[in-house]
Amino acid sequence: MKFENYGIGIIKGMAVTISHLFRHPTVSQFPEQRLNISRRSRGNELVWSREKCTGCATCAKACPQGAIEIVTSTNLKENKYEVEKYRVDTGYCIQCGLCVEACPYDALFMGYSYERAKYRRNDLIQADDELLESPERPVSGYFHPEIAEKLPKQTLLVEKVTEKRKKE
Amino acid sequence: MTTTRELVLNTEPFLLNIGPVHPSTHGVYRMRATLDGEVVIDIEPVFGYLHRGIEKLMEERTYTGCIPLTDRLDYVSSMTNNMGYCMAVEKLAGIKVPERAEYIRVIAAELQRIANHCLAVGAMLNDAGALGTPFFYLWREREKIYDLLEMLCGQRLMHNYMRIGGVSQDMPEEFLPALEKLIIQWRRFIEEFDFFLKQNEILIARAKGVGILSKELAINCGISGPVARASGIKRDLRKDDPYLIYDRFKFDIPTAENGDCYDRYRVRIEEMRQSLRILEQARKQIPGGPAKAELPHLVHPPAGEAYAHIEAPKGELGFYIVSDNSIAPYRCHVRPTSLINLTALREMVRGWKVADLIIIFGSIDITMGEVDR
Amino acid sequence: MVIPDFALNVPLAMQVTPADWPGGYWWHWLFFTIIIIAFVLIMVMGVIYIERRGMGRMQSRLGPNRTGPFGLLQPVADAIKVLLKENIVPATADKVVHWLAPIIAFSPVLMIFAVIPFQNGALLADLNIGILYIIAVSSVATVGVFMAGWGSSNKYSLLGAMRNVAAIVSYEIPLALTIVGVIIFSGSLSMNQIVVAQDIPYILVQPLGFLLFFIAASAEINRSPFDLMEADSELTAGFHTEYSGMKFAMFYLVEYAEAIAMSAIITTLFLSGWRGPWLPPWLWFLIKTIIVFFVMVWTRTTLPRVRIDQLMALAWKFLFPLALVNLFIAAIEVLVWPDISQWIFVGANIVIAALLVILGSKLFKIGWGRLEV
Repeated sequence: MKFENYGIGIIKGMAVTISHLFRHPTVSQFPEQRLNISRRSRGNELVWSREKCTGCATCAKACPQGAIEIVTSTNLKENKYEVEKYRVDTGYCIQCGLCVEACPYDALFMGYSYERAKYRRNDLIQADDELLESPERPVSGYFHPEIAEKLPKQTLLVEKVTEKRKKE
Repeated sequence: MTTTRELVLNTEPFLLNIGPVHPSTHGVYRMRATLDGEVVIDIEPVFGYLHRGIEKLMEERTYTGCIPLTDRLDYVSSMTNNMGYCMAVEKLAGIKVPERAEYIRVIAAELQRIANHCLAVGAMLNDAGALGTPFFYLWREREKIYDLLEMLCGQRLMHNYMRIGGVSQDMPEEFLPALEKLIIQWRRFIEEFDFFLKQNEILIARAKGVGILSKELAINCGISGPVARASGIKRDLRKDDPYLIYDRFKFDIPTAENGDCYDRYRVRIEEMRQSLRILEQARKQIPGGPAKAELPHLVHPPAGEAYAHIEAPKGELGFYIVSDNSIAPYRCHVRPTSLINLTALREMVRGWKVADLIIIFGSIDITMGEVDR
Repeated sequence: MVIPDFALNVPLAMQVTPADWPGGYWWHWLFFTIIIIAFVLIMVMGVIYIERRGMGRMQSRLGPNRTGPFGLLQPVADAIKVLLKENIVPATADKVVHWLAPIIAFSPVLMIFAVIPFQNGALLADLNIGILYIIAVSSVATVGVFMAGWGSSNKYSLLGAMRNVAAIVSYEIPLALTIVGVIIFSGSLSMNQIVVAQDIPYILVQPLGFLLFFIAASAEINRSPFDLMEADSELTAGFHTEYSGMKFAMFYLVEYAEAIAMSAIITTLFLSGWRGPWLPPWLWFLIKTIIVFFVMVWTRTTLPRVRIDQLMALAWKFLFPLALVNLFIAAIEVLVWPDISQWIFVGANIVIAALLVILGSKLFKIGWGRLEV
C-alpha cells in the first residue's frame, strides 16, 4: 500500500479546514438567541380544551402507551357525558400525536414549548385544569392548520447564510 | 526440539473485553476479542443489551399504534422504518395509496437516506481518529435535512409520519422552496467534502485494503445495502423490486470492487449524490391530491400474512405481518438489517489490528436498535 | 551578601553569562529562571486557548466563549477544576514510581527552555553545545512516560507506554539527522549562533529538512496525526489513565509545554528566531512560535490518526532515508561550494526536496496488511 498522490490529499484537506476559519460558525448562542421551532412541533405537553371535549375517550384508545385516563359520568339531564377526570401521565407520553389525530372534536392539541422540565416526577402527571391552554402552555399547529398559520415561521438552516458574517 | 526463539518469546493470546459502553457511537454492543499482541485472532459478539421486546409489544397495539414502535427500531432513520411497516400493512389489506402521498414518501425516504449516510460516514471517520472535523461538517449539513423533516412532521427524530394509506399530514407550502435550496447547497457541500477527504493519504492508508469482505461471503451471509454493494454485488431493491414509484426516477446504483472500508465509504458518498438526483426529479414531478387514503379509524385487514421489504439506508429492511382480522397484528417480525450485516464481522476482522477493528466496525454502520429490537 | 568562593573564581561553565550583564551571574540566572517559568506557564494557557478556539472555528463552531470575555479564562477554570479533584493512587501501584513519573516527565521540558534565545544573547545559558543539549534532555521525558505506564499496575497503561517509548525512540533519529543538516550550514551548535547565521531563513535553504523535522517533532510530542498514546483510549487507555488531579494536570501540561518547546526550536532553527524588522526581537520570536503552533493545530484538526505499525514504518522507511540523503546533500553543498551565494542553494534544494518526496512516496510501503491467523 503506497502513499499515492504524494501528499497532495493532505494539502487539499488542510485548505478546506483553513477556509472554514473565515466563515461564520453555524452556532446560535442559546439563551440570548433562539430559533423558531416547527409550526407543527409535537412539544412536551398535551393541551386539552374542556369546552370541546365530550368524553368519548377516542384519544385514550388511540394512545399506544395508555397514558390518558378518562373518568366520566352520565348527565341524564343534559344528555351528555360529564368528564370528571381527565388525567395524562406525560411521563409515559412519547409525543407521537396519535391522540390529537384521533380526536373527532378537535379538543386536543400538542404543546409548542420545549422548556417545560419539572423538578419532580409527580408533577408530570397532569389532570383537568392543569391541561388547559395558558400563556405558559401555548399550542402548536400539529394537525390543526388554522393554528399553524398563526405561529411564526420556522427558522431554517438552509436560509441562514452561514458563509458570510451575519447577525442572526 | 525447542529453538532459541521459542525459549525467549513465550507469548499467549489474551482476552480483551470491548465492553458494552463504547466510546465509538454505535450503541451497546459487546465484543470479547482474543488478541495476540495487537493482532485480533477471534471475536465473540454479545448483544441483547438493548432488547425492548418491540415485536411482542406490537401484538398489543393497534395497527396505527404500532407505528411509533417502528420508529424506534433503527432510531437513526425513522422514516424508512415507518414506510416499511405501512407498506406491509397496505399489502395485507389491499389499500391503495394516493399518488401525492407516494411522492411525499419518496422525498422523505431519500432525505432520510442522506441523513443516515452522513451519520455513518461521520462516525466512521471519528473512529479513525479525525477528531471530529468531518463529523462536524456532516452534522451541520444534516441539520439542514432535519429542519425540513421537522417541518413535515413536528419532531426531529422519532418522526411517526407515515400512516397506513399515506402520510399523516400534507407538506406545508414552504417545504418545496426549502427543498430546492437544500439540493443546491448539498451539491456544493458534497463537492467540498470530496475535495477534503477523498485523496487524504492517511485515510487511504487506514481504510484501503482493510477489512475486505469478499463477494462470496457477502452473498452467503445475506448482506445487503451499501456493504454488499461495496463488495461488488449490484443489488438494490429500488431497481430490482421497485416499490412505491421508484420506477419513475432515473438514478444509478454505485458499486465498488474491493469490499474494503474505503469502498464502503465511497459507496455511501455516491449514494448521497444519487439521492439528490431522485429528490430533484421528485420535486419537479409531484402532483396535487390527497395525502392519505380515506380509511376507517381502526384498520381491519383480512386474515393472512404479508411481507414487504424496502431499501432502507442500511440494507434490506423487511416486515412480515400475520393478521387474524382483529385491530392488532397477530405477529409482526422485523428482518433486522443491522444484525444480518453484523454476522460477517468476525470474518472481516480476523488478522487485523485493534485499531482496524474499530474502523471496520464503524464502516458496517449498524444501529443497535435494529440488532436487538 | 557573602560571595562564595567558586563565584569569585568564575569557572569555565559560568562564562555563559554575558560580561556586561548588571549584577553578575546570579542575577542573570534568577531573572531568566523567572522569565522561563512564567513564559512556559502563561504560554501553555494561551496555547490551550488558541487550540480550542482555533480548532472550534475550523470545525465551524465556536470554542469556549462563556468563561470570561471571549472565553479567555477557560484555561484558568480548567486549572482550578483539576486542582480540586481527588488524588487517587491505585492500591497495587508502585507508589514511588507513580509519584515521580509526572515530575520526571515535566522537568526536561522546562530545562529545554534554558538554551532558547529570546533575543540576541538573551538566554539563560548560551551553551556552545546548545542543540546537542536539547536533543539529550528531551529524551529524558520518555523515561517519565514509561514510569507512568509501569507504576500504574495496569496492563493497558503499560502497553500504551511501551508504544510511546518505541515511537519516540524511532523518531529521534530523523530528528537528530535533520538538525545536523542545519548545523552544517550554520557552523555552530550554539542556538544563538544558529540564529545569527541565518541571513536567509533555513526553511528556504533546507525545505526537506523542515518538513522532516516538523513530522518528527509532531510524532515526538504525540500530537495528531500521531496521537496514538493519548487518544487511543478508544480502546485501551493511555499511560495516564490511573492519574487524576494535579498529576494528570502535569501530564496535560507536559503535552502542551512540549508543543511550545518544539515550536520554539523550529522557530530558532528554521525560521530565524528573533530576527526581523521594526518590532522588538522577542516579539518576533513570540509571533513565530505561535504561528508554528497554529500550523500544528491545523494539522491536528484535519488529519485522522495513523496506526502504530504505520507510525513505525513512516519513521524507519520514509523519514530516515530522506534525512540521510538530506544530510549528504547539505554536506556536499557546504564543502564543495563554500563561497557561493546561498540563494542558489535555495533553488537547488527546493527542487531536490520535491524530487525526493515524490520518489520516497513512490517507493514507500506502509505497514503490514492482514496477518494469517
